[in-house]
Amino acid sequence: METLKAVKTETKNKKTMRISGAEAIIHCLLAEGVDLLYGYPGGAIMPVYDELYKFQDKLTHILTRHEQGATHAAQGYARVTGKVGVAMATSGPGATNLVTGIADAQIDSTPMVCITGQVFRHLLGSDAFQETDIIGISTPVTKWNYQITKASEIPEIMAKAFFLARSGRPGPVLVDITKNAQLEEFDFSYEKCTGVRSYKPVPKPEISAIDEAAELINKAKKPFIVFGQGVILGEAEEELKALVEKAGIPAAWTILGLSAMDTDHPLNVGMVGMHGNYGPNILTNECDVLIAIGMRFDDRVTGRLDDYAKQAKVIHFEIDPAEINKNVMSDVAVLGNSKETLSLILPKINENKHEAWHNEFKEKYKIEFDQIIQPQLNPSKPGLTMGEVLKEINIASEHKAVIVSDVGQHQMFACRYAKFKQSKSNVTSGGLGTMGFALPAAIGAKMGAMEREVVTIIGDGGYQMTIQELGVIFQHNIPVKIVVLNNEHLGMVRQWQELFFDSRYASTVMTNPDFVKIAEGYHIKAKRVSERENLKEAVQEMMASKDPYFLEVRVEKEDNVFPMIPAGASVSEIRLK
Amino acid sequence: MEKETFTISVYSENNVGLLNRISGIFLKRHVNVESLNVSKSEIDGVSKFTIVIIETYEAARKIVGQIEKQIEVIKAYFHTNDETIYQESALFKIKSSLLFDERQIQNIIKESNSQIVTVSRDFFVLSKTGRRSEVDEMHSQLEPFGIMQFVRSGRIAITKAEMPISTLLEEFNLNK
Ligand SMILES: Cc1ncc(C[n+]2csc(CCOP(=O)(O)OP(=O)(O)O)c2C)c(N)n1
Repeated sequence: METLKAVKTETKNKKTMRISGAEAIIHCLLAEGVDLLYGYPGGAIMPVYDELYKFQDKLTHILTRHEQGATHAAQGYARVTGKVGVAMATSGPGATNLVTGIADAQIDSTPMVCITGQVFRHLLGSDAFQETDIIGISTPVTKWNYQITKASEIPEIMAKAFFLARSGRPGPVLVDITKNAQLEEFDFSYEKCTGVRSYKPVPKPEISAIDEAAELINKAKKPFIVFGQGVILGEAEEELKALVEKAGIPAAWTILGLSAMDTDHPLNVGMVGMHGNYGPNILTNECDVLIAIGMRFDDRVTGRLDDYAKQAKVIHFEIDPAEINKNVMSDVAVLGNSKETLSLILPKINENKHEAWHNEFKEKYKIEFDQIIQPQLNPSKPGLTMGEVLKEINIASEHKAVIVSDVGQHQMFACRYAKFKQSKSNVTSGGLGTMGFALPAAIGAKMGAMEREVVTIIGDGGYQMTIQELGVIFQHNIPVKIVVLNNEHLGMVRQWQELFFDSRYASTVMTNPDFVKIAEGYHIKAKRVSERENLKEAVQEMMASKDPYFLEVRVEKEDNVFPMIPAGASVSEIRLK
Repeated sequence: MEKETFTISVYSENNVGLLNRISGIFLKRHVNVESLNVSKSEIDGVSKFTIVIIETYEAARKIVGQIEKQIEVIKAYFHTNDETIYQESALFKIKSSLLFDERQIQNIIKESNSQIVTVSRDFFVLSKTGRRSEVDEMHSQLEPFGIMQFVRSGRIAITKAEMPISTLLEEFNLNK
């Protein structure tokens, strides 16, 4: 058996070894630094699984209970580590089950490589057993995909897959490998990919754009920063902080930008968008220079576009040229990697305080605090709120945990109220809004950051979409902390029905099983809390546990998330109730 | 904003899946492709897609941005009619007897600047290259006599401005 080291030196010497395509895939993964992958076997990928068996001392394969879970676990791993997550599946239904996770990774720019088995080359197009055109199906939701039909293609394509997934604006890549290619023997040697001729991962920053941006920022009276995941992907957290502090600019984040900056930093003014904070939304339409960093002006962020920051000059720091002037026209576009562009602009920025402007955020915060935040975090009414659960988690975690949220009201509460000191700590499905994301993503997040506490916050609806992944948590004793905020409704949809459909609760009321018993069925420690007086202790017990732990919190059934920018409304029309 | 005709020129690596990727970009936005032509380009190993759409300038710009983002695409441009030299070709299959019985047919052939590609006992084939309007005009002139088969190609276009693909490719190689 070759060691990883041996493969690398062999590569250096350009020597080859005669191995099967399936074994070659393992060597490619090892050469790319992969030591963990998620997947599910089946006929068309069995030769690779056979090699995984032989290489299990170097490469851990986690059998999820559904291929969708494999993609989300790979995503969770990628989001906390910044490395490429890997998911594997068989052809046909195995491959189609990956699609949701791939689409999620595409819209949230998550580096992921998916490997699917495919029927023999000679059977392609014959409607063979478990033949599906996964290349056709995955094309619109992958950064790149490719079907390998002979073993000799494996090294180059795998190298390209990893390079494309992680470089530039990251994204998912799918490699489909016919079974004959897995079985064939060939002379293997591996070389990492360092470039693809037609692909420019990172545009070179133009100094003139940097200068123009610096001038606008220096002249601004009411500058406002909105940052997104581009800061995290570019590892530009320090540069962002330096810019914010030097220029004294209030900074807000998109849901995927969360945790790039300490949530308690005095210039961190909160979240923008549909359920974001009051100040940053309202004041988007009052700033004079809007500095967007590594974000893409999603409609959930901008609300109605024709009334979005019309008064402001817009500076857009962005790695992907196709995002420039896509939704919001920018006055200055600064293309490039955020770490590089922010480093370039920093010396050109004048020190400033903008105290009066910052006070406007504080005033708005006061309004939001009194009307919304205080009643959420310290409610005087009976009935547990989602906000107070988050508050207890913050206290117990000392702001150090990775928070993985699912999709719905609890996600908005988690993102609004969770506190972070460290980047890459907020894992959530932002762009696609995939219910069922959190439980498997938490598995990946924990395995990517074993030294950290990983808490996942899930609604009773989304939990039941991927609940079977409890099997993975149990089998491998992965100590994630699972919090289900049970409101017995598809809460977010119910909120819309209440507000916009005259409270006609069509198919949003749920009769749930005994979640504690289900967790216990998987031999996971479990507890239920329905009274405020028991909440703190229960959260502390959960956080102190060395083992996986399940906590169900029975929360108020018909609570709403506010503030809210109704769909199609302007950021200025944000509602407090 | 007014819609107008744009010719999109895409230089790409030869790749089987790329056509699917590119057509998906139009599909997703409900943009009708008026015509599509794929051929080799002036550079060895580089393909050229010529795609005609009727869209606003803004929509065309965004589509081209998305096309250019695809890994195998080297560069994508879009141009108005004024900025390009463009042609289409058409083939007409017509009964041979008409060639001898109808004087008018011979006049149409002459005036339209079309060519006879082949003549057999039963039919002859006319080929015409030119602007869409010229092809359409010829079609309407021949129609009364009966057209057995008709086909028209996608637009092919050359831009008046330079397309520095070779320089771009060198840059890509340097970046490597
Ligand atoms: C896969 C999927 N299906 C449907 C939706 C639409 N949707 C968004 S939020 C939501 C309700 C979520 O309910 P629950 O998981 O109980 O969380 P809550 O909103 O109550 O916190 C639904 C159905 C979605 N986002 N994802």
